[in-house]
Amino acid sequence: MPTMYSSAFASPKIVQHLNLRSNEKPLFDPSKSAPPTSFFGSTHEFCLSKTTTLSSQHRRSAVVAAAEAVKLRKSNSSASPSNLLITKEEGLELYEDMVLGRVFEDMCAQMYYRGKMFGFVHLYNGQEAVSTGFIKLLKKEDSVVSTYRDHVHALSKGVPARSVMSELFGKATGCCRGQGGSMHMFDKEHNLLGGFAFIGEGIPVATGAAFTSKYRREVLNENCDDVTVAFFGDGTCNNGQFYECLNMAALWKLPIIFVVENNLWAIGMSHLRATSDPVIWKKGPAFGMPGVHVDGMDVLKVREVAKEAIGRARRGEGPTLVECETYRFRGHSLADPDELRDPGEKAHYSSRDPIIALKKYLTENNLASEADLKAIEKKIDEVVEEAVEFADGSPTPPRSQLLENVFADPKGFGIGPDGKYRCEDPKFTEGTAQV
Amino acid sequence: MSSLVRQILRSGRLPVSGLAPLQQAARAYSSAGKEFAALNSMHASTVVIWLDPSVLNSLASTPQSKISSDDSLSQFLQITVREALNSALDEEMAADPRVFLMGEEISKGLLDKYGPERVIDTPITEAGFAGIGVGAAYKGLRPIIEFMTFNFSMQAIDHIINSAAKSNYMSAGQISVPIVFRGPNGAAAGVGAQHSQCYAAWYAACPGLKVLCPYSSEDARGLLKAAIRDPDPVVFLENELLYGLSFPVSDEVLDSNFTVPIGKAKVERQGKDVTITAFSKMVGFALEAAEILAKEGISAEVINLRSIRPLDRATINESVRKTNRLVTVEEGFPQHGVGAEICASVVEDSFGYLDAPVERIAGADVPMPYAANLERMAVPQVEDIVRAAKRACYRSVPMAATA
Repeated sequence: MPTMYSSAFASPKIVQHLNLRSNEKPLFDPSKSAPPTSFFGSTHEFCLSKTTTLSSQHRRSAVVAAAEAVKLRKSNSSASPSNLLITKEEGLELYEDMVLGRVFEDMCAQMYYRGKMFGFVHLYNGQEAVSTGFIKLLKKEDSVVSTYRDHVHALSKGVPARSVMSELFGKATGCCRGQGGSMHMFDKEHNLLGGFAFIGEGIPVATGAAFTSKYRREVLNENCDDVTVAFFGDGTCNNGQFYECLNMAALWKLPIIFVVENNLWAIGMSHLRATSDPVIWKKGPAFGMPGVHVDGMDVLKVREVAKEAIGRARRGEGPTLVECETYRFRGHSLADPDELRDPGEKAHYSSRDPIIALKKYLTENNLASEADLKAIEKKIDEVVEEAVEFADGSPTPPRSQLLENVFADPKGFGIGPDGKYRCEDPKFTEGTAQV
Repeated sequence: MSSLVRQILRSGRLPVSGLAPLQQAARAYSSAGKEFAALNSMHASTVVIWLDPSVLNSLASTPQSKISSDDSLSQFLQITVREALNSALDEEMAADPRVFLMGEEISKGLLDKYGPERVIDTPITEAGFAGIGVGAAYKGLRPIIEFMTFNFSMQAIDHIINSAAKSNYMSAGQISVPIVFRGPNGAAAGVGAQHSQCYAAWYAACPGLKVLCPYSSEDARGLLKAAIRDPDPVVFLENELLYGLSFPVSDEVLDSNFTVPIGKAKVERQGKDVTITAFSKMVGFALEAAEILAKEGISAEVINLRSIRPLDRATINESVRKTNRLVTVEEGFPQHGVGAEICASVVEDSFGYLDAPVERIAGADVPMPYAANLERMAVPQVEDIVRAAKRACYRSVPMAATA
């Protein structure tokens, strides 16, 4: 393990060494005011006119910090396969997962503009490394909680592409029988606990799932080391529930990993304009847990950090806050014209496309040939095409489905005028009952 | 016989006639060989004692002259609503290890008995811990989330509605949420506007939730047990001022398997002239009003709703078809309240049976004032119910404009 990461986890304070602002000049002249503490160091962020350059500078230095650790490890030895970060199988698995995410989301955009998909659809293009990097390390019993940008989290967790596509089309064969939609993906078998529209709403739910693991271990005496991964964005880091859960997760040492997908934009609000201290990983140590920053455009780096964080949680050492610097290539949702973002910024991140980066790594280190990767891409194209066909051909939900599943115990609809429970009325299942 | 029990008997707190139900209770409550008493009530007639059955048996066979007896107490044991709730919680937690309690300032008795892993004292983070409860329920535990009062539930209302109530539907039945949100609801005494709102109408409007409002100890025990065993999210609205009141309960109520069906109202008092529906504290007021009306020749039927969602429209309509007049009573704000819903339901189903317009009594349409006399004016009183019932019976005395 690269030294930088193991020290980061061993003691939260050491993370301060990742000084992201060593090459930045503070706005205030230190000799005239109080000695530069990290508080004053952050005031340069308020310089709005230089937002883009500062942000890329700020981020570049962070990238350097994280990348150096990986380079350090690589340069320590010859490039023999045993020293690489992944094996061939793992590499192909990661590649396939990321390509699935990308192709699926692109198909969603196509289907939306053809009118097959409707409502709010939020695409994940560009952020695949975070989903793949974390979720591919989880077992089936581990839980994932996401936001409205949840298609790729569902796919990475193992929900079949055809189920997700049908759900998006609003068909009865969807993973939630068409009742959830794009923003509310749930899958009990694969422990995908949603899909929430309000930012911050998923974080306490994830904390509760982690609480359950601990409860099962300590009170029910079961052998349970399931962890929970909560995904959310930079905008959520200004929300009260985030802090409430950081506090309780650290207080009770819950097996949870808080993953911030910092793509710099909360719909049209720039993270730097909305946040007093935009460095998110620092908020972890404030609550007593390690905070780590990682380049979210590089799936291998994310995977290394994820291994450590998930290992920590499984061993019962408590939560971790991981800030992944990433970017979404498309707008906030398909209804968003995406006019606010600087084209230079977009170009910068496009050049760091995680799929292309992994492809380069695999081919340069002779882990896979071009042909292997092309075969994967072809396979994924077929999977997604088939998913669309399946969804297209599936039936829409029948009328009787309207009243189903409101309650687990259908007697919850109460007693009808004839004195019997309403759910016992045969018209209830036909969907024609008056409720 | 243990000295503790002897002490209690000698103090006159336990009628000899109360022994038989106690024996039943002891069978229900006793855990192997342990003897402990719940002495958290100051009311002289409401001590509930859990005893080893052999101790109780020996008690029963002790000659009467050696025990002070008190015949003024009824054949039934009386327990307070607080004890009813605590005993229900205790039994359900003992029966199912997945049940746990989470909230602020939780009952010390339960904390001592079950330990801090199952009775969790939280920081003041309603949204956070309500969400944690929902997440735990998603994964198969059965949380009971306690709010200090339901006014604080507004901090967590996103989780109650969006992640608890709607989840079974959004996930098409994959993820059910067996959670109970409980706490005092409605006006207490002199606590001001931000601590006095009644949330029955708000929560009852939302599909996916079950909303329960107990009145008596029997209601409290039965409904709470039913709520904890229920696989859906339940909002359990208690009342601060009812906690200390004691009600007689039969042996059946003390049984550990006693539950009250959700969605069924109870006719507390039979009558033939006017139907009065009420829930929570207002049931007591309605019963008092019924007594007063009886003296004036009006026989009122009092319905204790018990369950606001699902509302027992069948019972209400059946009653209205019998009496032809309806008065709804509630403590909350009048607009879009529970009474409005009951009135609409009766108009839809039993319009032809109504002989008079439906009378609706609710709290005043103002935030709750602090001054004691204003507060009394802002909450329905027994006189208001009597007046409305008389109006419904066309026997009212005209009076100057009121709120």
